[in-house]
Amino acid sequence: MAEFTLPKNSRVGTGKSWPAPQGASNTKTFKIYRWNPDDGENPQVDTYVVDMDDCGPMVLDALIKIKNEVDQTLTFRRSCREGICGSCAMNIDGTNTLACTKYIDDAKGDVKIYPLPHMSVVKDLVPDLNNAYAQLASVEPWMKTESPPPPDRERLQSPEERKKLDGLYECILCFSCATSCPSYWWNSERYLGPAILLQAYRWIVDSRDEHTGERLDDLEDPFRLYRCHTIMNCSKTCPKGLNPAQAIAEIKKLLVERQV
Amino acid sequence: MSNGDRPLSPHLQIYAWQWTMALSILHRASGVGLAVGTVIMVWWLMALANGASAFDVVQTVIAHWFGKLCLLGWTWALFYHLCNGIRHLVWDTGRGFELDTARNSGYLVFAASVVFTVLAWIAGYSAMGGM
Repeated sequence: MAEFTLPKNSRVGTGKSWPAPQGASNTKTFKIYRWNPDDGENPQVDTYVVDMDDCGPMVLDALIKIKNEVDQTLTFRRSCREGICGSCAMNIDGTNTLACTKYIDDAKGDVKIYPLPHMSVVKDLVPDLNNAYAQLASVEPWMKTESPPPPDRERLQSPEERKKLDGLYECILCFSCATSCPSYWWNSERYLGPAILLQAYRWIVDSRDEHTGERLDDLEDPFRLYRCHTIMNCSKTCPKGLNPAQAIAEIKKLLVERQV
Repeated sequence: MSNGDRPLSPHLQIYAWQWTMALSILHRASGVGLAVGTVIMVWWLMALANGASAFDVVQTVIAHWFGKLCLLGWTWALFYHLCNGIRHLVWDTGRGFELDTARNSGYLVFAASVVFTVLAWIAGYSAMGGM
């Protein structure tokens, strides 16, 4: 059953405030969700005023600047800083995206930063992704075959067959889409969510994979697949411009088509 | 997923309203509204079978401004759920998922539901011979 409010230990209070450095004229205010597992307190939102004349253009630039110069306890994941690793996915200004490809100027007013929604928080902006990774493993995201490979070369694919993977292989598994989905919020234990279903479809349409039937069997379930109600928050928020809702619709279509 | 002492990150509280989720929850809400409206319609039909005095009671309730407001809401729920249901049927064929298309079809459905509601009420009042 969906819980629309936050549990008692998750209600967010107001936290500390760090003023702008002296002499800064062009400033931007960042309101950032903080939770420390060691102090037994509830989460709180801290306020940092950053000098924009001495900061890069992206939200990740500001986060790194705050961590380097203001508050070293601020905790977040980041790696590639160019939108290909998926580490810095978080909720910025109300929608999920990558901090490294989100312009600070895109935020009207203060920049509000929260961890990916409806996730167990490890610390500050770091969500626990164990459930999501276990769900990914459950769709066996690798090529499965019965026939032996050709002795002298790879398994070949025509350009048309390869084209079917466009819009799917680009997914970086940042889970922005899954954690934007109200259906996934209410049923993340049983519903696979858009990120994993897009991965599942990526192997279902791969012409070289020989386990299409088993993959579809595995998804034919009221919860694993059919908790998708085509809300489309997933496609709306994907920082890579992919369309998980479409991939899920294609899976549903294949399930109908194989019955007629 | 909450785990031990760890807090659950905010969700509905902080997620900015998107046209995607707004149109979707309206579909769910209009569906619930239709179920309630069906009960009222059954009440109306039963009163019709029970004779003039029972029917008068229902007519009085419905003719009250609040009754009319409910009826208006129910009419809109019917048309929104119908039109958005057709949108869902198109989606089931794998079409219309491009963000622009999905947004335009959503706004079209909303506009159509309002237009059909107004038309239905105009038709209803003309059938009764005006206010």
